[in-house]
Amino acid sequence: MSTGVAEKTQKTIGGIRRKFAPWNDPQAVPLISYKNVTKRFGEFVAVDNLSLDIYEREFFALLGPSGCGKTTLMRMLAGFEDPTEGQITLAGQDLVGTPPYKRQTNMMFQSYALFPHMTVWDNIAFGLKQDRMEKGAIDARVEEMLKLVKLEKFAKRKPHQLSGGQRQRVALARSLAKRPKVLLLDEPLGALDKKLREETQFELMDIQMELGMTFLIVTHDQEEAMTVADRIAVMNQGRLVQVDQPAVIYEHPNSRYVADFVGDVNILDATVETVEPGMVTLRPVAAPERRFRIAQDCAAKPGDSVAIALRPEKMRVELDPPADTNVNCVQGEIWDIGYLGDLSIYHVELPGGVRVKAAKPNLTRMVERPITWDDKVYVYFSPDAGVVLTS
Amino acid sequence: MRKGLSWFNVTSIALGFAFLYIPIVLLVIYSFNASRMVTVWAGFSTHWYWQLFQNQQLLDAAWVTLRVAFLTATVATVLGTLAAITLTRYGRFTGRTLFSGMVYAPLVMPEVITGLSLLLLFVAVDIDRGFWTITLAHITFTLCFVSVVVQSRLVTFDRSLEEAALDLGCPPFKTFFVVTLPIILPAVISGWMLAFTLSLDDLVIASFTTGPGATTLPMRIYSQVRLGVTPEINAACTILIAIVTVVVIVVSIMTKRQEIERQKAERLAAAG
Repeated sequence: MSTGVAEKTQKTIGGIRRKFAPWNDPQAVPLISYKNVTKRFGEFVAVDNLSLDIYEREFFALLGPSGCGKTTLMRMLAGFEDPTEGQITLAGQDLVGTPPYKRQTNMMFQSYALFPHMTVWDNIAFGLKQDRMEKGAIDARVEEMLKLVKLEKFAKRKPHQLSGGQRQRVALARSLAKRPKVLLLDEPLGALDKKLREETQFELMDIQMELGMTFLIVTHDQEEAMTVADRIAVMNQGRLVQVDQPAVIYEHPNSRYVADFVGDVNILDATVETVEPGMVTLRPVAAPERRFRIAQDCAAKPGDSVAIALRPEKMRVELDPPADTNVNCVQGEIWDIGYLGDLSIYHVELPGGVRVKAAKPNLTRMVERPITWDDKVYVYFSPDAGVVLTS
Repeated sequence: MRKGLSWFNVTSIALGFAFLYIPIVLLVIYSFNASRMVTVWAGFSTHWYWQLFQNQQLLDAAWVTLRVAFLTATVATVLGTLAAITLTRYGRFTGRTLFSGMVYAPLVMPEVITGLSLLLLFVAVDIDRGFWTITLAHITFTLCFVSVVVQSRLVTFDRSLEEAALDLGCPPFKTFFVVTLPIILPAVISGWMLAFTLSLDDLVIASFTTGPGATTLPMRIYSQVRLGVTPEINAACTILIAIVTVVVIVVSIMTKRQEIERQKAERLAAAG
């Protein structure tokens, strides 16, 4: 968080991040391993026979709507819940049955859970005191943590004398002070406003790089997960739907669920016409006279009903038809326009009554855009813009 | 004060306060009466206060009462806090409804019945009645009040504070003493004071459960009043009222000051 850290990591971050992919290395030993873990609360299955490996130095995000089991998954690692079935290991050791106060994980709570009757200093020193660390070492570590989160001047304050952002930093410093094997972050930025949240996301990444620690973050905010994480696990109803790098999750979602949950998307129903290696031809239900070609290997067979996922920013809206005949094109009428400043979002109604969204960057300072309500337009996208979803 | 307080409001407030406080004010005034006759004013005097401090019986009774109240409040606070924790924390255990019902029963039980049943119990198990039986009886009926007060605080207690302590390596038992207890302490202290005052002014249950040699102040006053109200009793009551008033004022000033300090701190945080 200090500028020194930022400069240092700025130079190295790209190189390390680009090469960092232990999940592709069959030799790599995971730091955290969930093996067939199930957690039931009475009748309710919070986590359903789930297996997951997380590697050292990874920034891993659990993403999903509330009630998908992501928090339970994290709380089982911290020791606040025990799995009903299955095994969780940390650095090769089985954790099941180990109480939370004997685990080498620390958690940053959503509510921050700062001890209200202790000063900032005592909050950060709390965990170190439990380890019976000697006084000098505690002082040095607390100073270091305060510096890391830029709160040196606030050491003697009580939590209620701090702003929300400062409290968040104290909570972070407290959970980092013991140098845990894994830092667990439960919706850590949920209470901050948008601007502060974005800043803090980058600071979190810097700190994670600087300390070389493994971070596991739980969030329902897909932008947050995309920004900070090396890998994201998208969860639904206690299961993992897709586990991959942010770009893969976004560009190659493996299901309607993931496509819909992560980012903005148009989902068009379609029927498969022909399947060739690297290319699928489909007949969209919304415009049956058209044929869409998607550059993708696909397991579907001709005649199957599938869906095409199209990100709004990958679609173009123009008054004239495209010159390139290779692109997929469909005609429609402007239904609505959302002007966001940097982008304009055009809602286009296709002949079949289906509406799609297309984003167009506003490249010039014109106030009157050439495309307006009720215009007949061409919506088109290249074969490598869309993804065919079979589930 | 809001503008437009109508004469109706003023009258009702005045009548209400008069109804509540005229008897007490009269009692205080007559405790400074020079006359032996309670109802005849014969000039100001502190004679009865001096008299009071020579009345060994009353002083003994006061001492017994204070010891009973202190012991009662302390034990009831410990037990009541434990009951409150169990009731708020361990959501559904077998017999929870029964347990909570049983904790709260003394709250609505007529004192005569509580007193009588305790008396029967003490007779049945053949305990010598006296100081200890009064204390036990008082613990029984004040415990539920402590439990209610502490429970109302625990309901809003953020459990993640305890989880954070566990997570940072603090075992559960120690967590209770370094995190939970300091945070709920104001409620625990209020519970203690409530139990203390309840025990201090109880007459009915104490009368049932007492034995030779253990007479509490309310019992002593009551028995003396039956022989006629003396200004001495007025003086004793005035002192009691003074103690209670001072405690209440001190507590409310403390709470108020804490509140002001908290608000000041929050403004400070918002500014910087």
